[in-house]
Amino acid sequence: MKILVCISHVPDTTSKINFTEGDTKFDTTGVQFVINPNDEFGLTRAMWFKEKQGASVDVVNVGGAETEPTLRKALAIGADSAIRVNTEATDGFAVAKQLAKVVNDGGYDLVIAGRESIDYNGGMVPGMLAGMIDANFVANCIGLEIDGTNAKAVREIDGGKETVSTSLPLVIGGQKGLVEESDLRIPNMRGIMMARKKPLTVVEPTDASAETKVVSFEKPAPKGAVKLVDADNIDELVSLLHNEAKVI
Amino acid sequence: MSILVYTESENGKLKKAALEVVSYAKAIADQMGTSVTAVAVNADNAETLGNYGASKVLLVKDDSLKAFNAKKYAAIVANAANSEAAKVVVVSSSADSKYLAPLLAVSLDAGYVSNVFEAPSSVSPFTVKRTTFTNKAFANTEITTDVKIVGLSNNSFGLVESGGSASVEDFSPSLPESGVNVESIDKATDKVSIADAEIVVSGGRGLKGPENWGMIEELADVLGAATACSKPVSDLGWRPHSEHVGQTGKPVASNLYIAVGISGAIQHLAGINSSKVKVVINTDPEAPFFKAADYGVVGDAFEVVPKLIEKLKAFKAANA
Repeated sequence: MKILVCISHVPDTTSKINFTEGDTKFDTTGVQFVINPNDEFGLTRAMWFKEKQGASVDVVNVGGAETEPTLRKALAIGADSAIRVNTEATDGFAVAKQLAKVVNDGGYDLVIAGRESIDYNGGMVPGMLAGMIDANFVANCIGLEIDGTNAKAVREIDGGKETVSTSLPLVIGGQKGLVEESDLRIPNMRGIMMARKKPLTVVEPTDASAETKVVSFEKPAPKGAVKLVDADNIDELVSLLHNEAKVI
Repeated sequence: MSILVYTESENGKLKKAALEVVSYAKAIADQMGTSVTAVAVNADNAETLGNYGASKVLLVKDDSLKAFNAKKYAAIVANAANSEAAKVVVVSSSADSKYLAPLLAVSLDAGYVSNVFEAPSSVSPFTVKRTTFTNKAFANTEITTDVKIVGLSNNSFGLVESGGSASVEDFSPSLPESGVNVESIDKATDKVSIADAEIVVSGGRGLKGPENWGMIEELADVLGAATACSKPVSDLGWRPHSEHVGQTGKPVASNLYIAVGISGAIQHLAGINSSKVKVVINTDPEAPFFKAADYGVVGDAFEVVPKLIEKLKAFKAANA
């Protein structure tokens, strides 16, 4: 089984979000970048398939050279080789189109992407990719077993979960649940040394124009101060929620 | 040309989010000088969508579509969009709609923007505002394709009754084969889901252990709310992952979010920031949540929550 894990290069969850160039670009000054958490759960599940079922695992990112340390980290965690599509990730559609070419060229059976990236939160790349390559698709995937070409997946739905049977080729939008938080691996020194020698191939992009464009970013207006209610006067809280906030 | 809106139902009953997306589609239709057509699958009382602004409902009745199937449902919406020559398609932010929308976008060659929370600032160029960076920022986004798909955040636009009426037409497009088949669904039917909830009551590590969740559930019960939890609580296994809200968990966009014993890490606040009114109950007045909340109580959850339950019960009884 050939697995491709899509890796987004995203700001660490504690990052302060600021914009530059007239509020049209994310300001990366001082920002630490990491593997998108949803992708990391998927990568870790892919490692399990590699170790228990003899799969090969490649990772891919669509982005500039600045994303290579993130791909190297994925290699240090255990992926066999990495591909970087050398173009700016402009929107979900354009990224999916680049990935579709990588999947078709590489003949992958299983593509594991994250449910969404924690920066742009579009949540559309895995589904669009599946649509473009006409593969089966499971969104919000929290469990995945593969047996030959058959797959059993669990999808998180509003208020519960759903188990589906499907088959390869398959694309999933994965998240926590594919593996647990405690299963995530911190690369050790040996992994980091080995990652330096693993292949990281840079491929030039295919023709793909974006369908959406960000005109400008803005930040929420600063919040007013919290209204404190005395712990012995909970009646007041109920009254505020009813009369002032009008939410009960 | 019309605005097409996909309206979801569950066991035949139209969801509140369905009424909201129709209200939203009506606002766009008014901006563009056109009408709203809804497409629904196995929904009862589909004509009631007229009250929220739909003039026509395309209703698919098919027992084989009882369980949601993204590929088939996407084909239904795509067929409806083509037959109505729709230039704008509106969907909700439910798990199912977010599953369907990217497939729909590919088949319609349509640009798709998710997590939109207000009416377009302009329809030419078509520009919508969405949340991004897990609610830490907004992005004014232009969709440049001929057909456009807008994913509306739940609870963001609200319901707008227009008092109109809708004609209901049977719709039976041909459906593709799907390679994904539902084997089983595991869903608590007596509980409000976080995605659908208007009120969410959430507990953190301050509650000290899973055995103390009774009062969180009781508080949620009184309010008709969904229960949720912080990341540490889900990591510790006190509560299921499905309750974890925050940047790497579920987003919350409720009208009221009550955080009990949650300090308010930046990742948690990012995930719940779209909620309209936030209440924090915490012993530590320095907890970062107080900076993000609208109302706060500095106090021990084990004293404050039972009191709040009691006062809310009295309030409900008085206002019943």
